[in-house]
Amino acid sequence: MLHLTIFLIFGAICVAGAVNLLVQRHPINSALSLIVVMASLAVEYLLLGAEFVAAVQVIIYAGAIMVLFVFVIMLLNAGEEERTKGSRVAMIFGIPGMLVGSGLVAWVLLEHSGTHSVAAGALPGPPKTIAWLLFHEFLLPFEVTSVLVLIAIMGAVVLAGHPDSGGPAKKEG
Amino acid sequence: MVPLSYYLVLSGILFACGVTGFLIKRNIITIFMSIELMLNGVNLSFVAFAANWHALSGQVFVFFVMVVAAAEAAVGLAIIIAVYRTRETLNVDQVNLLKL
Repeated sequence: MLHLTIFLIFGAICVAGAVNLLVQRHPINSALSLIVVMASLAVEYLLLGAEFVAAVQVIIYAGAIMVLFVFVIMLLNAGEEERTKGSRVAMIFGIPGMLVGSGLVAWVLLEHSGTHSVAAGALPGPPKTIAWLLFHEFLLPFEVTSVLVLIAIMGAVVLAGHPDSGGPAKKEG
Repeated sequence: MVPLSYYLVLSGILFACGVTGFLIKRNIITIFMSIELMLNGVNLSFVAFAANWHALSGQVFVFFVMVVAAAEAAVGLAIIIAVYRTRETLNVDQVNLLKL
C-alpha cells in the first residue's frame, strides 16, 4: 500500500513536471521542470530496486546533462519563445485525436496486461552486479560507447569551438 | 505491489508529453529537452520490464541509453550554438535552410 502511494505521488509529480515543460514559455523554466521530472523518475527507479540506475539518473541526467542545457540557455541569452500560429486542422483534429489515441493505449495496457505486479525493490541492481554485467556480457558495447563519447567530445569541440580555428562560422559569438 | 501496467502508462504519458513538446514548441532548446523527456520515458519502461522479468540486462541498457543521451546532448547543444552564431535566433521557424 505504501509502495503504491509513493509511486502515485512521484508519478503525479513526474507528470506535472512534464506538463509544465510544455506550458512554460521561457526555456529556463522548462529546463527546471525537466529536472523535477528526472529527480522523481529516480525515485521510481529506487522503488523498482534499480539503485545504480537511480544514482546515475541523478548524477548524469539531472546533474551533467541539465547543467549543460542551463549553461547553453544562459550563454545564448534565450528569451521567451514567440508563438507562431499553427494550422487550425491540427488544433481541431490533432488534440482530440491524441487524447483518444492515448486513452486507447492506456485502456489496452490496463486491461490486457494481466495481473503482473512488481514488488518494491523487485530486482536489486547494485553497482557491483551491474559492473560485472558491463565488463563480461556487455564488454564490447561498453567499449564502443567509450569510442562514441570520444567522438561526441571531439564533435562538440569542433562545432562549438572558436570560429577562427577552422569552423565555418565567420562571426564572433 | 504496483502493477506493471502503471509503470508502462506513466512511461507512455512521459513519452507522449515529449512528442507533443517536440511538435508544438518553437524554441530549439526546448525541442531538444522534449527529446530528453522521451528518452526518460523509454528508460522507465526498460527498468519496469527488467524488474518484471528479473533480467538485469534491462538496467544495463538504461545505462547505454544514458550514455547515448549524453553524447547527443553534447553534440546537439554544440550545433545549437553554431546555428545561433550565424542566424542569431533560436526560433525553428526562422531556421529553414540546411545551409548554416
